[in-house]
Amino acid sequence: MNPDDRRYTQEHEWVRIEGDLATIGITHHAQHQLGDVVYVDLPEVGATLNQHQPFGSIDSVKTASDLFSPISGEVVEVNSAVTDDPAVVNADPFGQGWMLRVRPSDPAEADALMTADQYGLYTQES
Amino acid sequence: MHTATRQTPLFETHRELGGRMVPFAGWMMPVQYTGVLEEHRAVRSGAGLSDLSHMGEIEISGEQALSFLNYALTNDAAKLEPGSAQYTLIPYTDGTIVDDAILYRLEDRYLLVVNASNVVKDLDWLRHQALGFPASEMRDVSDQTALVAIQGPCSEEVLRPLMDADVATLGYYHAAQATVGGASALVARTGYTGEDGFEIFVGSGDATRVWHALLTQGKPLGLIPVGLAARDTLRLEAKMALYGHEISDQTNPVEAGLGWAVSLEKGDFVGREALEREKRLGPARKLIGFELLELGVPRAEQPIYKDGVQVGFVTSGTYSPTLNKPIGLGYVPIRFSRLETEFDILIRYRPVRARVVRTPFYKRERGASS
Repeated sequence: MNPDDRRYTQEHEWVRIEGDLATIGITHHAQHQLGDVVYVDLPEVGATLNQHQPFGSIDSVKTASDLFSPISGEVVEVNSAVTDDPAVVNADPFGQGWMLRVRPSDPAEADALMTADQYGLYTQES
Repeated sequence: MHTATRQTPLFETHRELGGRMVPFAGWMMPVQYTGVLEEHRAVRSGAGLSDLSHMGEIEISGEQALSFLNYALTNDAAKLEPGSAQYTLIPYTDGTIVDDAILYRLEDRYLLVVNASNVVKDLDWLRHQALGFPASEMRDVSDQTALVAIQGPCSEEVLRPLMDADVATLGYYHAAQATVGGASALVARTGYTGEDGFEIFVGSGDATRVWHALLTQGKPLGLIPVGLAARDTLRLEAKMALYGHEISDQTNPVEAGLGWAVSLEKGDFVGREALEREKRLGPARKLIGFELLELGVPRAEQPIYKDGVQVGFVTSGTYSPTLNKPIGLGYVPIRFSRLETEFDILIRYRPVRARVVRTPFYKRERGASS
């Protein structure tokens, strides 16, 4: 169920690198655990992200969680579809529910993250 | 607490229905089934079914039952006719709160329903208070009692064909012995959602039978099972206090807006002196409802700032599924409690503007029966 064209963090974010840009979002497992998402707080275009550091937050009806960046870089695009209608994150976390597009400062950082298979095992265990 | 997590008689039923089971107050309970928004809206528009079997039930009987209850609880139990109920509080001597509860007067005894998280503490405290009332008897019947709640505007319609007594004549905060789905039950028109509805007490062995009868009967009317998460948003919209949040051993009923459940027209009772003074002088702070004027979701324990100074804190906060906006409850000094007063709530290191609004956030249109 986890697409194998991207890498995964222990905090349940994903990153997909295409050319010189990286797209960031949260996993299906994460949205399922959170329940109905009602608010997503994202940084603005131009903000700097550091790998494994918080870059925003996500609120479901029940709870609030930090979002951790899978990669370092500069934000070049914020998905307004997600901030306008946070339910998109529940409906399509790997597709239309993406959150940020980033210009990575070191794309090789992603190599250290989990593959889809590894993440699948990780979520079964946790 | 390190005791093993317990299961209600409906544990397997919840799993079969897709309930996500989480530890809550020492029990494994369903936090949600299909989704908190859907469950919340089902209760507002149709009906929802919840397992409350984790809650505590204490029976009080004996010649001094009434004198004991009027000493150990804040409300006036003498006002109860058989078959009626009242919201009440178990106070500490200093006027703060051991627990909140519903007291039912039955034919030959009283039934006190308390929070699952507080059962052990309540029993310890009440047994201590009961020492002065040797002709009163207290019995913890929590283990043999299951409790199922059906809440929402369609509740009466769902229950009517399953019950051998006329449900329509049962008034709000009244209770009657009846047969429900073939099981002997105490049916109370009470709830914790701001909707019409019923809380049905049955023996543990009858829980699944009654649950399935209600589920089957209610399905065509939109009834779905409702977990703890939706119950929390429902009670918050209705401004109903949750122990450990709006009320605790650090708060008193008067500042919590529950002064109506403290009767000074009866004799001496635990905490009377403190509560009488609090009522006479007025509380220094007050529980208010607020909505956010900016994006964000308030959460319990976040600080409330006025002009850069912390003046209070949030007790509960959520995104209101009915109003489609972030709402919360919190304590602020009286001078900042007036409607329309604005202050800031520190949400994840960021001040977010909020405004005091009228509560409850949600109030149903009451029908003739309630």
